[in-house]
Amino acid sequence: MRPEVLTGEHFLTGDEACAEGALAAGCRFFGAYPITPATEIAERMALYLPEVGGTFIQMEDEIAAMAAVLGASSAGAKSMSATSGPGFSLMMENFGLGIYTEIPCVLVNVQRAGPSTGLPTMPAQGDMMQARWGSHGPYEVIALAPSSPQEMFYQTITAFNLSETFRLPVLIMADEVTGHLSEKVVIPEADAIKLQTRKLPRGRKDRFKPFQPGPDEVPPMAAAGEGYGIHVTGLTHDERGYPAMSPEAHEKLVARIVGKIRNNRHRIIQTESYRLDDAEIAIISYGVSGRSSLAAVDEAREKGIKAGLLRLITVWPFPEELIESLAKKMKALVTVEINLGQIHLEVERCSRGRCASFLVGHAGGTVISPDRILESLEAIHK
Amino acid sequence: MTTKKNQPTHPLDSLVRTDRIPHIWCPGCGVGTAFSSCLIAMKSSGIDLQKTTMVSGIGCSARGPGYTNLDSYHTTHGRAIPYATGMKLANPQLNVVVFSGDGDLFAIGGNHFIHAARRNIDLTVVCVNNLNYGMTGGQVAATTPSLSKTTTTPQGNPEPPFNLPLLAFASGATYVARWTILHTRDLTKSIEEALQRRGFSFIEVLAPCPTGYGRRNRERPLDALRFYQEKSIIKNDAHPADIILDYQKGITLGTFVDVEKPTFTDIYEKTCRLDPAACM
Repeated sequence: MRPEVLTGEHFLTGDEACAEGALAAGCRFFGAYPITPATEIAERMALYLPEVGGTFIQMEDEIAAMAAVLGASSAGAKSMSATSGPGFSLMMENFGLGIYTEIPCVLVNVQRAGPSTGLPTMPAQGDMMQARWGSHGPYEVIALAPSSPQEMFYQTITAFNLSETFRLPVLIMADEVTGHLSEKVVIPEADAIKLQTRKLPRGRKDRFKPFQPGPDEVPPMAAAGEGYGIHVTGLTHDERGYPAMSPEAHEKLVARIVGKIRNNRHRIIQTESYRLDDAEIAIISYGVSGRSSLAAVDEAREKGIKAGLLRLITVWPFPEELIESLAKKMKALVTVEINLGQIHLEVERCSRGRCASFLVGHAGGTVISPDRILESLEAIHK
Repeated sequence: MTTKKNQPTHPLDSLVRTDRIPHIWCPGCGVGTAFSSCLIAMKSSGIDLQKTTMVSGIGCSARGPGYTNLDSYHTTHGRAIPYATGMKLANPQLNVVVFSGDGDLFAIGGNHFIHAARRNIDLTVVCVNNLNYGMTGGQVAATTPSLSKTTTTPQGNPEPPFNLPLLAFASGATYVARWTILHTRDLTKSIEEALQRRGFSFIEVLAPCPTGYGRRNRERPLDALRFYQEKSIIKNDAHPADIILDYQKGITLGTFVDVEKPTFTDIYEKTCRLDPAACM
């Protein structure tokens, strides 16, 4: 039997580290469908979940995988799936069900180059807007972007903690390089890992209202079989969980599920600043592109260009205020991402024309080289 | 429960969210009868109702769980079975009942049905088959008889329907039955048996839909019930390939399959849980 937390120093791929993070976070159900470059997460979970008392199942497609993950979480288990672009598209309807019925779980997208089947074995960051808007209707999401196997480990734990705290499916938007790259991963003692679990109901079971929020706008959650007799529906519902078919009820519920994320964004958003204090040009990047950007900043500094980096660890909710304040200070903002401009549009929106904004990106298939970023920084510097 | 003092109570009140009544089902609809049978069976089967959950997809029948005073999950269209699969695997102590319609379970959700049956997930699946999509106003389904008229087959359905018990049997279901809403006692007994069996149980319940299907096919509200009475032939243990569903020739009813096989969970516990090296 292996321990739940694989304490020690390991040489792991990002996908493997992600699975280790899930096991350490207490994930006990994993439902998935094989897809490059996320399959290795499922493979490791298939091997180790039964050892820690969990269950793995390979479902018939990603629609079923996402449904099973929501079902398992409804029955009380911390649950997860992992996929890539095509599967992510298939999961979007049930992702929306999870958002609206407030079911905690974690969904990993190890991004490959799309559209369609695209370049299955090669990296991209082209699903960032799909992560934000992929399901129908207005809602808010939480999406993290790891840039190393070590971060795959920690962010998976963070994703579970956020999902349990705010009751929603949380996204990990990795990329093929981060998923397949092998690096040192340090896993701490189990005691050193802080875990959050969903708030549980209190008081009389027959009076429990499953969607009556607390002051943090998050309702406590009862699992099936605990005797609360709850109803959960993807229809617009009231505090009792009953369908409530009116624009007023809809406004109220949507406002709360949006508000619980927006109003808690300062608790959720994490970024990392590098050489930004005296910078004139700020790079905004995330995931594997954040690593290229880091190298480019150092090279630019050697050439006398005052560049810095804001690496987004949380991409959604978007750090709007931070970008706005950077735009006030900088000559230019440069977004580096493996797509044709997705987070770049957000940066432009939040900078409100206060400084120039540029994109360094391409359609996908390889990482963005530090040289390419440096060229762009040099051109802007002139 | 908000029952007024002088009002007589219904024997099923304890299982119904009475504050959600009136329900959405049309006059002449058969879903309510199938629903009552399901609730009676749940009560009489002796299963722990606190550990029982009802799951549905989308459609008229899928509204059933919402009226049930148990843990109930009204999910996305076609996805009740994989949702229920996740629930059962995460907590094998739960009794998981899927109550949904033919359009939901066999068109958009057909793939999930065959795989859950193949895996022998321990679920009880009750499918109310009203031969069409009722909630959206009477469109053709995977169960609509050939040549029948629906709003999307205005000249008659060019497709043949599924034989649902045969599909369930071929996919590996361990309990397969078909009844109509006229045969409430047989139906109730069958659901009760299914609840007590371990494994993937499937019960098809034929039900009229005068609003969506009947009025386009010269079938008045009572005609379907008359067909059920006059044309049905009970043949327990009949091979599912030999059963028919034809308003001219007859409707075969009965319990066709009742066998024991290890469930997914049984096999998972034996193969994966104890010796992880065996998984490699």
